[in-house]
Amino acid sequence: MEENTGTPMIEVEDLTKYYGEYPAIENISFTVNRGEILGFLGPNAAGKTTTMRILTGFMPPTSGTARIAGYDVVDQSLEVRRHIGYLPETVPLYTEMSVTDYLDFMGRIRGMDKEWRRRRIGEVIDICRLGDYRVSLIGKLSKGFRQRVGIAQAILHEPEVLIMDEPTIGIDPIQVVETRNLIKGFGGDHTVILSTHILPEVSMVCQRVIIIHEGQVVAVDRPDNLSERLRGTERLEVDIRGPSAEVMTAFRDLPGVQDVTRTDRDDVGIYRIETTGSEDLRAEISNLVLQRGWQLLRLQPIQMSLEEIFLRLTEPDSDRE
Amino acid sequence: MKNTITIAWKETRTYFASPMAYIIMAVYAALAAYYFVTSISGVLPEATIRGYIIPSTFIFTLLAPIITMRLLAEEQKLGTLELLMTAPVRDYEIVLGKFLAAMASLLSILVPTVYLVLMLWWFATPDIGPILSGYLGLVLFGMATLSVGLFASSLSGNQIVAAVLAMGILLILTVVDLASSYAGGIFADLVLQISITTHLESFARGVIDTHDIVYYAIFTVFMLFLAVRSLESRRWR
Repeated sequence: MEENTGTPMIEVEDLTKYYGEYPAIENISFTVNRGEILGFLGPNAAGKTTTMRILTGFMPPTSGTARIAGYDVVDQSLEVRRHIGYLPETVPLYTEMSVTDYLDFMGRIRGMDKEWRRRRIGEVIDICRLGDYRVSLIGKLSKGFRQRVGIAQAILHEPEVLIMDEPTIGIDPIQVVETRNLIKGFGGDHTVILSTHILPEVSMVCQRVIIIHEGQVVAVDRPDNLSERLRGTERLEVDIRGPSAEVMTAFRDLPGVQDVTRTDRDDVGIYRIETTGSEDLRAEISNLVLQRGWQLLRLQPIQMSLEEIFLRLTEPDSDRE
Repeated sequence: MKNTITIAWKETRTYFASPMAYIIMAVYAALAAYYFVTSISGVLPEATIRGYIIPSTFIFTLLAPIITMRLLAEEQKLGTLELLMTAPVRDYEIVLGKFLAAMASLLSILVPTVYLVLMLWWFATPDIGPILSGYLGLVLFGMATLSVGLFASSLSGNQIVAAVLAMGILLILTVVDLASSYAGGIFADLVLQISITTHLESFARGVIDTHDIVYYAIFTVFMLFLAVRSLESRRWR
């Protein structure tokens, strides 16, 4: 095995795809190095699936080029398809086949010989923990297990590049954790692109993130840098029983507080506090409340939603030093 | 080629695992037997199988679309087409594999009718030539109907739509020769040549005409070509 971590495995340049008049993606460029796990983050209809479909050779781009392992996705589509494992969002499976038959079929059409198939089917069944379901019909499996069969199928032929479209959607929390660990384990040997619209997932699994929004790349960064950049604003929600006007002014006077809004429910005020700095104001707020003798019922940091993050990333950097 | 066989084998297994295979087989066996019995119970019966060769055109028009409707429509509906089309498999290999599987299904419905031939042998001394040519004609005719069915199945993700569309195309191609009586000259001739049933008649009489074989071969290849194109076009949408 040659040591070539750091060589680009996926190179995408100015990729654009129009559906009729409507651009699904516009001038997307990025590279992914061998062994890297890249997160593709974006809300629904951002163009994640379109990009992945172009990379897998399912559809050609309107313009721009993409190369996988040095092969062009349009001109050398068959070569590209030999090097990738793909898990589409819908997890397509032949419901009337058993797990083993299905994997065997997928192995065959990818040109794996008998010995290789036999060995790998055993391995992927272990990796994806499908041991008890070898002969079960896929149609009878639950969603989580189908997802595992989908992953098993994608890694079966030991592809260099693994492309997974929302691999953790619609499965239960325990399986989500398992799936994430599984994907993490693929890094190093495989080059992985996975799409998601869940922010924490990216920081848990990926080494690098590309954020796309409305078909355009908004940011490319490491997850920790990204959260650093997003540290600009944090939000706290505080429930307090006390004199509302007084509470409002007290909070507004706290250093680092940008804005406070209030909604009342019975005799409890729900305060939304937006902070500018990166420091944590929770201790100060609780101290303040205790000093004044009000009752603190709840104090909770609120995560920014993905949409807000996009707004933050797309707007000019005026409010950051 | 290997991919074609892999796909054909998978489809054949799926087909024979479903009750559809046996229902279609039983329906055809029953109808063939009925037409056979009526044809040999006349005043001057002939020891031929022509009795069920000609009516088979109509039966195939109905059964072939049912055999083929799943083949590509279901892949589109399940989304497995995306997986198949991102595997290192060429589009024509997919279509050809599906077509071979459909042919296997068709041959399976012809097998039970062999007992009609054996009965003929038991009670009379039939001429072997027309029997063989009759079956050859049925296989060729079947090929043509299945290729229409496969093309229709490539157009839609809905099996019912695929089946109805194929039946429609086949029925039109069957009745188009009726138009020849209203038209004259070259047009009448053309219409007769286009009709997929007229080419079966000589086979039923025991005549193997290359021009009929060529017709069915070209017809099938053309339909399969359209199916490949239709599959390819999914990449461009």
